[in-house]
Amino acid sequence: MRAPALALALALATAPALAATLKATLLIPADDSRLERSRAERAYLGHPTGPAGDGVQMAVEEGQFELDAAQAGVAVTTQPAASLDAARAAALAAEKAGAAVLLVDLPTDWLLAVVDAVKLPVLNLSDPADRLRAQDCRARLFHLMPSERMRADALAQTLVSRKWTQLLLLVGPSPADQLRAATVQASMKRYGLKAVASKPFRMSADPRERDLANPLLLTAGANYDAVWVVDSDGEFARSLPYRTVLPRPVVGDAGLVAVAWHAQFERFGAPQVSRRFAKTTRRPMTAHDWSAWMAGKALVGAAVAAPKGPNAAWAQALAKTPVDGSKGTAMTFRSWDGQLRQTLLLTDGQGVISQAPIEGLLHPSNVLDTLGADAPEKLCKAPR
Amino acid sequence: MLTNARALIALTLALAATAAAAQGTAYVSSEKDDALTLIDTQTLAVKGTLPTCKRGRHIQRMPDGKLMVACTDSNAADIIDPATGKSVRRVPLGDEPEAFDLSPDGKTIYVSNEDEGEASFIDAASGKKLQAVKVGKEPEGVKLSADGKTLYVTSEVASLVHVIDVATAKVVKNVKVGKRPRRMAITPDGKELWVTNELDASVSIVSTADHSVIGSIKFAVKGARAEDISPVGITMTRDGKRAFVSLGKANHVAFVDVPGRKVTDLVLVGKRAWNVTLDKAEARLWVVNGLSDDVTVVDVAAAKAIKSIPVGRVPYGLVVVE
Repeated sequence: MRAPALALALALATAPALAATLKATLLIPADDSRLERSRAERAYLGHPTGPAGDGVQMAVEEGQFELDAAQAGVAVTTQPAASLDAARAAALAAEKAGAAVLLVDLPTDWLLAVVDAVKLPVLNLSDPADRLRAQDCRARLFHLMPSERMRADALAQTLVSRKWTQLLLLVGPSPADQLRAATVQASMKRYGLKAVASKPFRMSADPRERDLANPLLLTAGANYDAVWVVDSDGEFARSLPYRTVLPRPVVGDAGLVAVAWHAQFERFGAPQVSRRFAKTTRRPMTAHDWSAWMAGKALVGAAVAAPKGPNAAWAQALAKTPVDGSKGTAMTFRSWDGQLRQTLLLTDGQGVISQAPIEGLLHPSNVLDTLGADAPEKLCKAPR
Repeated sequence: MLTNARALIALTLALAATAAAAQGTAYVSSEKDDALTLIDTQTLAVKGTLPTCKRGRHIQRMPDGKLMVACTDSNAADIIDPATGKSVRRVPLGDEPEAFDLSPDGKTIYVSNEDEGEASFIDAASGKKLQAVKVGKEPEGVKLSADGKTLYVTSEVASLVHVIDVATAKVVKNVKVGKRPRRMAITPDGKELWVTNELDASVSIVSTADHSVIGSIKFAVKGARAEDISPVGITMTRDGKRAFVSLGKANHVAFVDVPGRKVTDLVLVGKRAWNVTLDKAEARLWVVNGLSDDVTVVDVAAAKAIKSIPVGRVPYGLVVVE
């Protein structure tokens, strides 16, 4: 059933092909629950509010001038997949049809199935899972989205710069929350922050569970400089600021949040990027949109660097061509785990409060590598 | 102590007075004030502000001596008569104008329109758009050849310099330069176009004869990493021997020997050194610092900063009227 539709999509994609067009396929989940209207409308920080294709398309469109000048071309087809198996099949089909690169906005396990099924470079647009940069890393896998650890490090650095060192940690009930809390604890340890207490929370109105659900009860009984809330869902975290017993800021998944992008970022030509995005999509550009845009820009960069291809040349160019993400520096992929090194923005949702790495922090080779897994840790064993 | 201090002040004032600074005014545009800051070039003190259009950016002297400021949020230029210190008129410049250059007779304005990705030719008298040329996204620097026949526009997104034939309003060549090209200068003999590359820590040198890149200068600052060196502003002496390039986040200005294509001096200035302007005697270089909200005056002969003067918020460009 699926095959004819796929063939049609691929035929359409190849129709306007140039002499050497870098073909890429974007794999997305069919019926994406993250983008259901009621959820997307809430626009929790760090969550997507629209399809990944928007950012990719903007990058390719605005790269047209550069592509034309280099007599190069980029064509991206989007392919939804309803399951892990479907994603793998779509990846194989794309490879067979001549795709040079896969762009992936899929759950972690689906993403790994896709990477292992093909021999192409895979750009991870949206998954921040640390394991994809560590034990489950792959040599051909590149990450545009900052990892959980990068975001936790960015926030920890910011707290250090404010001298808010005593933290109350509130952790949600999902497995993702548990994993992310461990990442947060490690970042806190790295930067000398102290968790005065760590408490689980739950979304509930049940009076028998009020110790777990009531912000006042959860934030009582300890002294702290800030509350760090780990809430992958977002609803509880949003309700927490200004409802703590002590008049202290909330950070983490609400209050002050570390993200790859915010539409209110004012420096380095960022407003032009956000404005272009909002003009066509009628929504503010989020971190997910920025990562997707950067994936598109990486494709354009590779196509311009190797206008004639072939696929192997593009794969090489992709790994080493710096990309300009309007955050003040040209960004490159880390050689040890394929993560795009980048500045992170600290936002309260209204504007951008500060940036990380914080000023004055030192690093032996690149200060951006103070965010996330660094080379000497050798967490990723896949040779590149 | 007190008398010593007084003597020192008297001495400093005497030195300042004899420092051969011609009497005049430096006009500084800033993005967040809707006003120009006026600095007395002799005392190096702020002597006032002048209200102008919204989000003033590129500022340039017109052939008739008036000042023109491009205002991105007003979609217009403000024309100011320095003799009276008053705005004479406004000229519409299309959407989101950033930088511009003027025809030698001052009758045509060539402007980069950021959001549209366009270079527009505007009739300075009527404000009518004469031509619009599609260019890469986020066009920035605009520079006209001395004969007025060729227009160069940089695109930050496409990393290209667009070479536009003014007569036909067509792009005749796209020159691939470094990442995020910003501002340009043309050597007085007209043979070389120098382009700053903000994300490449370099200047690309383009031959104006065949529009090929014939050289580049890479900047290095002790204690700063390549990614912190972000060249933006550039200007040259009238004899074409020296260029001055601001190095952005590296907080320095580089003095460059133009024929030798070598950096001779590095001068520490303010944060995110942006646009640079020479005075008429080419004795002082004025450097606008975008992130420390000030302007640094550099003694060119000594290659030393003399003074930093607080100006408006997010200062952008500067013109000296003597």
